[in-house]
Amino acid sequence: MFGYLGKRSLHSVISVLGLLVLVFFLTRLTGDPSYLFLPLDATPQAREAFSKLHGFDQPIYIQFFNYLGDLLHLDFGESLRQNRSAMAVALEAFPQTLKLAVVAITLACTLALVVGSLAASRPGSLFDRFASLVSLAGASAPDFWVAIVGILVFAVSLGILPTSGTGTAAHWIMPIAVLMLRPFGLLVQVVRGTMIGALASPYVKTARAKGVRRQQIIFSHALRNSLLPVVTVAGDLATSLVNGAVVVESIFGWPGIGKLMIDAIIQRDFAVVQSTVLVTASAIFILNIAIDLLYAILDPRIRYQTT
Amino acid sequence: MTAIPTDLKAPRREPGKARVLLGYLVHDKLALLSAIYLLILLAAAIFGPMLIGDMSTKLGLRQRNLAPFTLDQGWAYVLGADTLGRSILARLVVGAQNTLGIAAAAVVTSMFIGGTLGLIAGYSNRWYSHVILRLADVVMSFPSLLLALIVLYTLGPSIPNLIVVLAITRVPIYLRTTRAEVLELRERMFVSAAKAMGAGSLRIVLRHIAPLVMPTLITIAAIDFASVILAESALSFLGLGIQPPQFTWGAMVATGRGYLANAWWVAFWPGLAILLTTLSLNLLSSWARTVADPQQRWRLQTLRRAPR
Repeated sequence: MFGYLGKRSLHSVISVLGLLVLVFFLTRLTGDPSYLFLPLDATPQAREAFSKLHGFDQPIYIQFFNYLGDLLHLDFGESLRQNRSAMAVALEAFPQTLKLAVVAITLACTLALVVGSLAASRPGSLFDRFASLVSLAGASAPDFWVAIVGILVFAVSLGILPTSGTGTAAHWIMPIAVLMLRPFGLLVQVVRGTMIGALASPYVKTARAKGVRRQQIIFSHALRNSLLPVVTVAGDLATSLVNGAVVVESIFGWPGIGKLMIDAIIQRDFAVVQSTVLVTASAIFILNIAIDLLYAILDPRIRYQTT
Repeated sequence: MTAIPTDLKAPRREPGKARVLLGYLVHDKLALLSAIYLLILLAAAIFGPMLIGDMSTKLGLRQRNLAPFTLDQGWAYVLGADTLGRSILARLVVGAQNTLGIAAAAVVTSMFIGGTLGLIAGYSNRWYSHVILRLADVVMSFPSLLLALIVLYTLGPSIPNLIVVLAITRVPIYLRTTRAEVLELRERMFVSAAKAMGAGSLRIVLRHIAPLVMPTLITIAAIDFASVILAESALSFLGLGIQPPQFTWGAMVATGRGYLANAWWVAFWPGLAILLTTLSLNLLSSWARTVADPQQRWRLQTLRRAPR
């Protein structure tokens, strides 16, 4: 088990490092930050001094080695915009996104399990068709548009929810609803598909023959066995949830890591871009390992080995 | 030896394959509607800009912020007009060409790159196969939208760059599928036979393996098309996709966002167009899955009641 995890971690660390190298060189290609940070009429001397202060006057490969050296003693650079440690900026925004993502994925999973199981218990019924259509629509709706229509209906016309920002519980409703839409849609389809398979299996027939109640068959016999594919898909959804978070955060003004990333890219705040990439990639990496462990708990047949 | 008579009675002619498929399609009303919508959309995207392309840029002071569902100003303004008085219907048609064109180009590019790299990574076991796989891991392990944002900001937003970026984020899917198929195919007898006949690796891969992988890749591409449309419109919405004066549906939603309080229709229609398109694509692909699955196909057949 630990051998497997070690191998897996090694692969992920290589991926994260590759990503950091990629992002480092890509961001350096975007141009000279001094044009964005100094006034338009700044003298060439002032620009030079600015570049020198932040080390942009060095050749790019020297900058890269300096960056790697700093990484080794956990120095992630300074944010040009906020004049403090870039990692502090990223770590401040990260919990905001995490809270949003955790609530959204939990709600999406719970709802999808209930709706998907009920739809699978009577395939072809009215409820099943309705659930299938709604889940397909949820999976194919452009999230930014749903957010805008939500603002239009609930904030502009009805005036019952705030348009953007954070603070009260009401601020949470729309971002979470928009963020969970696509995961919910995809998960309902997965749950429905695997549940139909599970309900046709011999052990369900046995349970039915014994006279176990329908609800109990669905929710305690079949559901447990169809949890595994759900966990797989939910894990894959985690990366796309960050995609959704970028859109949702920028529309609802949520001070999370997605909004920070967009702002940092546009402001050429290199250190912040790199730190957010590092934080996001590490979070996804930890999540993947957690899902691997969850597999082993859910399905006792799975034992990891190094081969 | 006696010939075994197989067709004593001339059998009832089986209906053609296209006819059977059409029958299945008519049976699933939602899939039928999707197919009709997509056909109309395709026709509009191909021929529309030639017919009403001028109208999409024509400014009209009188039609400024015209509300939808009025025919006073002519049929072109039935969906309303934007803040500069341009017909939204005409802009939707022109936007359809850009949206679908970019998505199609990105899907084909990623299928080609992913397929080629997958063939290499699957057939050969040299160091570059491992490099290809690790690179795919790097792309997979990171949210595609963030990666696309960084790359687009670096390269500068333009249509070719947009296509390349969208393609790069989708490449791993094709790569992994191709590799998995090739790993299995290369152990088959016909590959050993070709090897014994003296065929080189390039010939085996291109002539014997690639044609067998193609159908799988095309299936994935068809399903992937909807997600590429969504990804492109999200990028354009965030302002790093297509740039004015060019526009796609995503960019139209972004411009309409500023006028939400007094002209909701500017942002509403293009988003609805995206939703209907991706929903239709998904409905059709789920219909196609049902048709392809022998255990599910009966749902689409007209079952005759057994005589009692």
